[in-house]
Amino acid sequence: MSEAPTEYEHPLMKAYREQLGCGFPQVAEVFEDCMAEALSVLSREGIDAYLEYAHFLCKMGRGVEPVLIFLEEWPSIATTLGESALPAIADFIRKMWKSPNGRAIVPFLQSLAATSRRLHSQEQMQDYMDLALAFMERTTGSIHGIHTTFASPGLPEFFKQSPYLLNQVSIAGLKNWVEYGIRNYGDHPERQRDYFSLQSADSRAMLQKERHGTLLVDNERKLDLYLRGLWREDARFVPYSLKFDELRKPIPYYDKLGIRLPDVFDDRNGVAGIDRYRAVLAHIVGHRRWTTAIFADNYSPFQRMTIEFLEDSRVEYLAMRQYPGLRRIFMALHPAPAEDACDPEKESAVRHRLAMLSRAILDPNHTYKTPHIIEFAQRFHALMAQGESSTQAMAELAVAFGAKTRRQSDQLPKIHFKDTEVDYRDDNRQMWKFIEEGDEEEAFDQQRKIELEEITGLPPRHYAEWDYNSQTYRPDWVSVYEALHPKGNPAHIDQLLIKHAALAKRLKRMLDLLKPQDKVRIRYQEEGSELDLDVALRSLIDYKSGATPDPRINMSHKTSGRDIAVMLLLDLSESLNEKASGPGDASGQTILELSQEAVSLLAWAVDKLGDPFAIGGFHSNTRHDVRYLHIKGYSERWDDEVKGRLAAMEAAYSTRMGAAMRHAAHYLQAQKADKKLMLILTDGEPSDVDTKDERLLIEDARQAVKELDQQGIYTYCINLDPKADEYVADIFGKQYTVIDNIQRLPERLPQLFIALTK
Amino acid sequence: MTDKDQYKIRKEPFYQAQGKEIALYEAAYAARLPVMIKGPTGCGKSRFVEYMAWKLNKPLITVACNEDMTASDLVGRYILEANGTRWLDGPLTTAARIGAICYLDEIVEARQDTTVVIHPLTDHRRTLPLDKKGELIEAHADFQMVISYNPGYQSLLKDLKQSTKQRFTAFEFDYPDAQLETGIVAKETGTDEALAAKLVKIGATARNLKGHGLDEGISTRLLVYAATLIKGGVEPRDACRMALVRPITDDADIRDTLDHAIDATFA
Repeated sequence: MSEAPTEYEHPLMKAYREQLGCGFPQVAEVFEDCMAEALSVLSREGIDAYLEYAHFLCKMGRGVEPVLIFLEEWPSIATTLGESALPAIADFIRKMWKSPNGRAIVPFLQSLAATSRRLHSQEQMQDYMDLALAFMERTTGSIHGIHTTFASPGLPEFFKQSPYLLNQVSIAGLKNWVEYGIRNYGDHPERQRDYFSLQSADSRAMLQKERHGTLLVDNERKLDLYLRGLWREDARFVPYSLKFDELRKPIPYYDKLGIRLPDVFDDRNGVAGIDRYRAVLAHIVGHRRWTTAIFADNYSPFQRMTIEFLEDSRVEYLAMRQYPGLRRIFMALHPAPAEDACDPEKESAVRHRLAMLSRAILDPNHTYKTPHIIEFAQRFHALMAQGESSTQAMAELAVAFGAKTRRQSDQLPKIHFKDTEVDYRDDNRQMWKFIEEGDEEEAFDQQRKIELEEITGLPPRHYAEWDYNSQTYRPDWVSVYEALHPKGNPAHIDQLLIKHAALAKRLKRMLDLLKPQDKVRIRYQEEGSELDLDVALRSLIDYKSGATPDPRINMSHKTSGRDIAVMLLLDLSESLNEKASGPGDASGQTILELSQEAVSLLAWAVDKLGDPFAIGGFHSNTRHDVRYLHIKGYSERWDDEVKGRLAAMEAAYSTRMGAAMRHAAHYLQAQKADKKLMLILTDGEPSDVDTKDERLLIEDARQAVKELDQQGIYTYCINLDPKADEYVADIFGKQYTVIDNIQRLPERLPQLFIALTK
Repeated sequence: MTDKDQYKIRKEPFYQAQGKEIALYEAAYAARLPVMIKGPTGCGKSRFVEYMAWKLNKPLITVACNEDMTASDLVGRYILEANGTRWLDGPLTTAARIGAICYLDEIVEARQDTTVVIHPLTDHRRTLPLDKKGELIEAHADFQMVISYNPGYQSLLKDLKQSTKQRFTAFEFDYPDAQLETGIVAKETGTDEALAAKLVKIGATARNLKGHGLDEGISTRLLVYAATLIKGGVEPRDACRMALVRPITDDADIRDTLDHAIDATFA
């Protein structure tokens, strides 16, 4: 049945229906309404194109869904983008239709209205479609050489997420995000789907990186300084994400564990993101300082809400008394609800009223005329004029306000929310105490006592890894777990040192020459930076009395201070268990044993010298498990504890060098020294079991060296692999030594160190 | 004989006492005990000494110490002249001869072997041997030794020897409390109290950050600079940035926080 079930139809509408020529009954039902909207916004030609294209969608063979969405959405899209956007969009859909990606057409059309509102212009829309097209072409399957047979797994997911994504990132950011997904999950349909539907951690991390706005993680120190400097407070910040919780919008709060803040703030009303964070903190500090918890049981929910609004105003008022400049920020962020925005007959106006009162208190130039609002704002200021007032006084004022302004319609289920949310305020959970716990709600969660898990090790630290293929970092790619190295028998190390006593003696002589002397004056110089008056006078007196004067009458200065912090990073991978090969090898020692001797000697030598010195070992078992073993810290002495750990050194697993270097660097970075040196003792190239591409970890290590260099850390590699020349220069440039004769390592390592730091 | 008057302080310097330090100093001077003044930079150490010299009506000889200073820079040396050499007294010797208060400012900046020459002057002997000249000077009855240093450097190298420390009586100075400091800034520059209070508040912000990226908070001296600039017609925010924030830090986060504190204080 192709005809509409109406008895009478306007002839014009009938003509349109024929022009559409679509037999789906669902279309017939809505056609008239859609047409009415289209007629009001589209031009004559626009109507023709609209119907023509709807006709195409109808006959496309993709069911009723595409044409329905198009008929319903196009008029509104046309108003945002302009009618002329249609050919480009039609072209794009046709391309999808001709590829195996027909299934993606519906999600594309569904999200089109929302995306166009985000993008706003045809140019941007074109960029978006180009991006999607490239995406489609690159992910449409050519598995086993069968050309374009399988649909792109990620594309429909991508379209479903696109309005949200565009809300978070710019087109350029979106492009980076898509690029990353295709590159890493291009050949893995399941993971690709996870990535583009924002299910995987990776995809969220990448999105976070591309986000616009002020991120909490980047500004934690600034906010910490803010609290400390302006408020003399100290708190931990715990971020929560606004992104994945669209319905229930979390708001800031604080408790014993810290202050919860959103992970990102965009600039708003001329207030920078960082200032929005500061506003939240100022508000919370206000509560911490001036709010005393009161009993909630005696107040109705509306009364509580009123008390909260007034108490919020009070702490802000007091904060502004300290820092008047806060007013500008609060004023810009606080909504200014229009007086007539809410019809109290149809919806509950309680929030609207309170937001107006709060605004009136904050803004001395408000324009509200409602007598109650003006009266209570004045009563508030009168209270504050006497001093700090109190939470209890606010409660009394709130009850009075409630009594005067109460309306029957407050109970209506539909509450007016627009312009009533003050998003820098916390949820006021600290303001209330309860006589009876949960007399209204059933308190299920009170019974359960959460037992704290015993912490067995430090939580992992995540490091990015460099992907040379794309010249980008993979964010938070590697997890580094740090633990204390197990302990062994320290006497073993002492024995090793006794074994090398002769070498130690020679080293000691070299070390004595390196001992710091700081600024030294060199006197008796023929040439120098200044005249040494005493000597000059003596020479002159000699001269006058007829003797030969000493010409060395100048002096100069030289600084010979030592300010070097050293980090020794040991590769503890499986290959160290091999027997050392080399000329005249009869000892049968493993590389590990030789390294142990060398490190012991070096540690002894550095300890004698007094330079700050740390030792760490590392090995890895995939990117999820890089272990960093703490052997000696900067503040630890070279004692039995440390020797014990060194004695227990063991080798296993693989070598993910970059992450270990970055981790070690964050310790070295914290040292206060003019020169920072990281020595890396390894016997092979970086590699790991989960990485097929050999170059990848080499390039990552090279990037790590560059990063360290920027941080002012000098890296130097001591490589025991005779074939190391193939790769070690790629990573370390010229900063390496290959020791082919491993037997001499115990001797060479301390010498090398001395030569490096002379 | 050196002209004593040139070292006299003629006009009363403004000094706001924080505690009993004026009376205590007078007592120390009466017994001619050497005095050491410790405290952060710009908190009024030098001003205090100047004020006491004025109050006691004694000449004051100030030496700013630095690490290139030698013992002869303090004691004196022979200098060359057309027809021979001539002995020239150093500031310490001059002070001992004429009976002045000798003030060694930032003494830890001088090398430790240099500071040892003050030892015989700072115990019961009160003498200064000039070995090169072969003369032993008995200190004038009015002579007194005062040193100052800033223990905030926290450097092992920049500390006084115990043998030096234990020859002095000591005052510990700190930045005055907010109310007092407001008064000082207002009086010193002639600005109104409200503005001075705001400046002091910004100063307090920076002092709270000491140890968290700042080695030293904003000193009273800098607050006075800022007030002077504002009095000279500079916009308060610009003056604060120029006089209070930019000099003390290169750390972007701290600069940003202090800038915000300025904006928050000047509405």
